[in-house]
Amino acid sequence: MATVFKKTKMLTDVPFHYCPGCTHGIAHRLVAECLEEIGCEGNVVGIAPVGCAVFAYNYFNVDIQEVAHGRAPAAATGVKRTHPDTIVFAYQGDGDLASIGTAEIVHAAARGENITVIFINNAIYGMTGGQMAPTTLIGQKSTTSQQGRTVPLNGNPIKVCEMLSTLDGPAYIARAALCDPANVAKAKKAIKRGFEMQMQKKGFSLIELLSTCPTNWGMTPVQATEYVKENMTKQFPLGVFKDIDKESK
Amino acid sequence: MKKLMKGNEAIAEAAVRGGCRAFFGYPITPQNEIPEYLSKRLPEVGGCFIQAESEVAAINMVYGAAGSGARAMTSSSSPGISLKQEGISYICGAELPCVIVNMVRGGPGLGGIQPAQSDYFQAVKGGGHGDYHMLVYGPNTVQEAVDIMYDAFDKADKYRMPVMILGDGMIGQIMEAVELPEMKDPAAFPKKEWATDGTGVGASRRIINSLYIEPDVLEKVNHRLFDRYKELEENELRYEEYLVEDAEIVIVAYGTVARISKSAVNALREKGIKAGLLRPITLYPFPAKAIAKVAAEANVKKFVAVELSMGQMIEDVKLAVNGAKPVEFYGRTGGNVMTPEDIVEFVEKEVK
Repeated sequence: MATVFKKTKMLTDVPFHYCPGCTHGIAHRLVAECLEEIGCEGNVVGIAPVGCAVFAYNYFNVDIQEVAHGRAPAAATGVKRTHPDTIVFAYQGDGDLASIGTAEIVHAAARGENITVIFINNAIYGMTGGQMAPTTLIGQKSTTSQQGRTVPLNGNPIKVCEMLSTLDGPAYIARAALCDPANVAKAKKAIKRGFEMQMQKKGFSLIELLSTCPTNWGMTPVQATEYVKENMTKQFPLGVFKDIDKESK
Repeated sequence: MKKLMKGNEAIAEAAVRGGCRAFFGYPITPQNEIPEYLSKRLPEVGGCFIQAESEVAAINMVYGAAGSGARAMTSSSSPGISLKQEGISYICGAELPCVIVNMVRGGPGLGGIQPAQSDYFQAVKGGGHGDYHMLVYGPNTVQEAVDIMYDAFDKADKYRMPVMILGDGMIGQIMEAVELPEMKDPAAFPKKEWATDGTGVGASRRIINSLYIEPDVLEKVNHRLFDRYKELEENELRYEEYLVEDAEIVIVAYGTVARISKSAVNALREKGIKAGLLRPITLYPFPAKAIAKVAAEANVKKFVAVELSMGQMIEDVKLAVNGAKPVEFYGRTGGNVMTPEDIVEFVEKEVK
């Protein structure tokens, strides 16, 4: 019988702790598949964040460091400068990367640090129970914006890809959505491109993945993917924001 | 051959000779000569220097590099060290070896830029959150700072914890003649099997982590760390006694203040007052047993803790003396540094 699907060897056999319908699982699989496809088994260091993906160190079959909230790009810098030929990736959520870790992500990008950052944007703090994130949509309810986020009180959501693509350091910046099979395929292509940039020592790459949080959004998994497609993509348009190979052509 | 060097630069060179190949820092007075020197020196030996976007980022770069096996360090001064406390706590929790230099300036807040010893509590009692300590040294000359720095990475690697060199603005800025040791050969350093060098897969996978969700597991980790602090006390405790044997007044002081106190002891002896000096070299572990032993001597009438603070180390002196003898305090702050005459005058009043 022909094998049509096999779990990538870059994931361990530890069952994910994520809630039903959460897209962290898809994101983990895509990252791991890309690591396998670029052939870097035994030559990877991952950086796990604080947030729902705090236990990522149990899942990726690589050497990995669990670091402080928001500091993944700084720790990744330390690892990469120690092992310049090793693939180094950071996996961060929106509170981690776009709130407490804004300085670290901006400066890692500005330095053109040759690392790949996977940015999970689900518009909420998941692990701590659904508080407002820097990427929470206007009108979106959270436990700390119970009437819905408003501009006068909270300002507008931060568009990380757009912001970082104004810098000269990044080689590749893209946003994809984990909301349906076609978009998941596009997300994988973007992640792989990011890793390839790193292998070619072209500099910083970041792939933002619009993700779901059915538990804290108070939705079913299907409703949540629809929310990503209908609402999140309007605030956070999908696409490639920077690709230095295409710019030079 | 001895060379005349500024404290900060001498420490930086000693770091390189002791195996440092990665430095991450952020500018702050009065320690800027350390990053400035290393920005030129580290590339010469194939090392990495990065001026980080903040102290917070710098210490986390140290975390990443140390966790990957590098001999990594950072340096800063008081307000900057406060910013590093989060990272230091994580480094201690993850049991990573590194070196942190603090050229202390006056505080609190922005304070001043002149020498102080007001970060003693922060250095020896923890500083960040959680139960932890570091191996902390308080060198009193540039040469001693060089010698401590030279071996600091060996100690950090041995105990898998940060070594902090608690200098003061004076140690950093003073120029003294120093003998620089030979360059250590990085090839001879012990291999760090636990480090995330990227080669781990499956069973050989390494995880650098300070998160332990299970209470029993975390408690075990806490005990493991504290067992190691006991080892420090057995193996690494260092202090100097000067004319303590027949002393009636025993001054306890470290760092620059200990040198000033030594001059004061000599001057007091000339005046017929039997003074002595006990100088902690390691501030953590603290030479409590040595102080207790001295306190038990019949000839000892009084202790005087002398510090560039409102009185921090004195608390450890009092704990060690444990009520056996009175412990007085003399200190200057704000960046003011006492003269030997100031100490002599204080002690003379005390013996009257």
